Amino acid sequence: MGNYVIRGGRVIDPAAGLDRPLDLVIEGGRLKALAEPGTAMPSAGFEVIDAAGLVVTPGFIDLHAHLREPGHEHKETIATGTRAAARGGFTTVCAMPNTDPPIDTPERVAYVYQRARETGVIRVLPIACVSRGQAGQELTDLVELAGAGAFGFSDDGRPVYDGRLMRRALEYGLLTGRPVIDHCEEPGLAEGASVNEGPVAGRLGLRGMPAAAEEIPVARNIALAELTGGWVHLAHLSARGSVELVRAAKRRGVRVTAEVCPHHLALTDRWLLGAEGNAHPPVGTVPIPESLGPYDTRTKVNPPLRTWSDCLALIEGVRDGTIDVIATDHAPHHWLDKACEYGQAAFGISGLETAFGLLMTLVHADLLDLTTLVGRLTAGPGRILEEAGFRVPYTFRPGEPVDLVVLDPDVTWVVRPEEFVSLGKNTPLEGVTLRGRVLLTIFDGKVVFDGRGLRA
Amino acid sequence: MELKILSPGPTKAGSLLPDARVRRRHVLDLDDFSAEEIEYVLNTAARMKEILGRPIPRVAALRGRTLVNCFYEESTRTRVSFELAAKALGADVVNMSAAGSSVVKGESLVDTVLTLQALGADFVVIRHPQSGAPYLVARHIRASVINAGDGWHAHPTQALLDLFTIREHFGRVVGLKVVIVGDILHSRVARSNVWGLTKLGAQVVLCGPPTLLPPTMVSAELWPPLTVEYDLGRALEGAHVVMPLRLQRERQQAGLLPSVREYIRLYQVNAARLSRAHPDAVVMHPGPMNEGIEISSDVAHGSRSLIEKQVTNGVAVRMALLYLLSGGVVEG
Repeated sequence: MGNYVIRGGRVIDPAAGLDRPLDLVIEGGRLKALAEPGTAMPSAGFEVIDAAGLVVTPGFIDLHAHLREPGHEHKETIATGTRAAARGGFTTVCAMPNTDPPIDTPERVAYVYQRARETGVIRVLPIACVSRGQAGQELTDLVELAGAGAFGFSDDGRPVYDGRLMRRALEYGLLTGRPVIDHCEEPGLAEGASVNEGPVAGRLGLRGMPAAAEEIPVARNIALAELTGGWVHLAHLSARGSVELVRAAKRRGVRVTAEVCPHHLALTDRWLLGAEGNAHPPVGTVPIPESLGPYDTRTKVNPPLRTWSDCLALIEGVRDGTIDVIATDHAPHHWLDKACEYGQAAFGISGLETAFGLLMTLVHADLLDLTTLVGRLTAGPGRILEEAGFRVPYTFRPGEPVDLVVLDPDVTWVVRPEEFVSLGKNTPLEGVTLRGRVLLTIFDGKVVFDGRGLRA
Repeated sequence: MELKILSPGPTKAGSLLPDARVRRRHVLDLDDFSAEEIEYVLNTAARMKEILGRPIPRVAALRGRTLVNCFYEESTRTRVSFELAAKALGADVVNMSAAGSSVVKGESLVDTVLTLQALGADFVVIRHPQSGAPYLVARHIRASVINAGDGWHAHPTQALLDLFTIREHFGRVVGLKVVIVGDILHSRVARSNVWGLTKLGAQVVLCGPPTLLPPTMVSAELWPPLTVEYDLGRALEGAHVVMPLRLQRERQQAGLLPSVREYIRLYQVNAARLSRAHPDAVVMHPGPMNEGIEISSDVAHGSRSLIEKQVTNGVAVRMALLYLLSGGVVEG
């Protein structure tokens, strides 16, 4: 098992500074050699994968996904979520703890690991709660949770409201060396809101949350990280001002890392107007599909889709390294959670299977280069995991087990949620044509997704 | 069974004009109406008003059709107005309110409208506290959906009756200055009127305290041309139509206003303030009024008030919409 020669692909490995055609030889699941193109001669028992015209990178790492197990198995399971991840090119996924029950004890961390071992097809790293029951009152046993293998601590889905609790989490968290991950949202400014505050919300008569509702806790968290020396990781940033705050903080040497989601980079709140929004560009890097009507609840996500000026600031943050990581915030929901009034619908987009295609719209629009994009999906999150003490392959190292993706950056395909492996079919991208797709995913030296037959 | 989250389909297509290639099925807002289509509805409403003036104000145009009033919020004038309009055209009317229906048993909006469809509704008139709810309904039903007010978003039949009343009084809408005063942020009446008035060429000014008319709310790209003015005196300068909106007491409790007293001082439409308006200025109100708050009693019931006419005209406008939605044509 695990003997492959991947021939002729453009190998992009940002951590190693590699971007050129190379052959990869994988033997027994481990990288045996990176060889000049055309020189790797397969012996018997090796499968040859022709990657001419394709791109080969280390496996993608998603620091932020909701796998919903335990408790919400009608939305997603570790079995379906990890298969969806593999289809999206991800070989490592960090699972958010807002399950039922929430992951706030070492036993529950162990349970996620166990389910991932039993039913998953890629690596799952659980994130544990910051506060018991995500109630925002008492700290969880951070050290024990870290000992059980929690990558970090987050009450994601909701913010850590209380500045005092956040301060203590960052301070006490120093014992663990792992980040506190915050969903930055000022409750008083975001209460009851389902969309970005601005003229789209104004026109549709929906309660909006201003960018300031994110920027204020971003500033708070930075100040508290500076105060305590703790490590704060800012989840799914969506606003221009947040990027500027993080950039300035990093310049001062504050221990802050940050992530952004594909939909916040590529789509704007004009999608809420439905296809009519196309009359009011810019709508993002993708035209709004004709089938999308106004108030389509599949555009509802938290933080909300914002404006093109926010997208451009986030993209600049990705380019200059202010943003370390692109994460999906994969938030699968049952159709009933979305088949209702906009204000009552659940927040979230099922994102694992469209992430790469949607991100490639930025590359095709010359807003981002492919190497940087791959870097934020591999080396960026990989180094964060490394700093937290997890050895996850994010670069090709001879002798080590291989996590790898083969990508076709140019093939076009139409997003059809009914073909998703994820149980969450909730994406506003239904019917959208994307250019760029994951063709093959190898995890730990084994093929976990082979979509070469899907190539049109 | 494979159920889709939302069955796709354009909710904003077509026109009521007799030569339309695609027939309009729903009336959800006025933002997708052309000026010509609005004029046609108003002309039709004028014919309907003639019918309402007859000794027996009944025709059989919609005999055998069923209209369901599906009201998830309290309403008197709008619900009764639709009921009278439907009955004047010979349709059957069923009233359903959220209280006392399966809604209180937790039935979803989609399931409720599918039930109404199965029961044979031809028109579903919906009033709902959530903005956009009628769009959800329209995506799931073959019947014509008419928005009778959704959240803060739209109240197209109110806007049409306002346009009808203005046109009836002034003989035109184009060139008039219309000032809408008060809680714009939470007002579906204001939003629909902005579309209707500007499409017919009126000059629209929105006026209210910044907490109820936030500067972030409007933009030139996404909204029709209009002016925002925080000073009521300046806003009223030369105005032909002044439309104060209902001020809900909860706005003060929510911290959007320091006090009702201060609101009255700054934004009440009263005789003294109206002296700055055009000599022929009229006052309209979508109701229900808080007399003594957003409007003084003397103005509400004075010679400049068109408020009662608005209510009467509402029936004619709704008759026109029902008639045209069911395929009716009016010549001339």
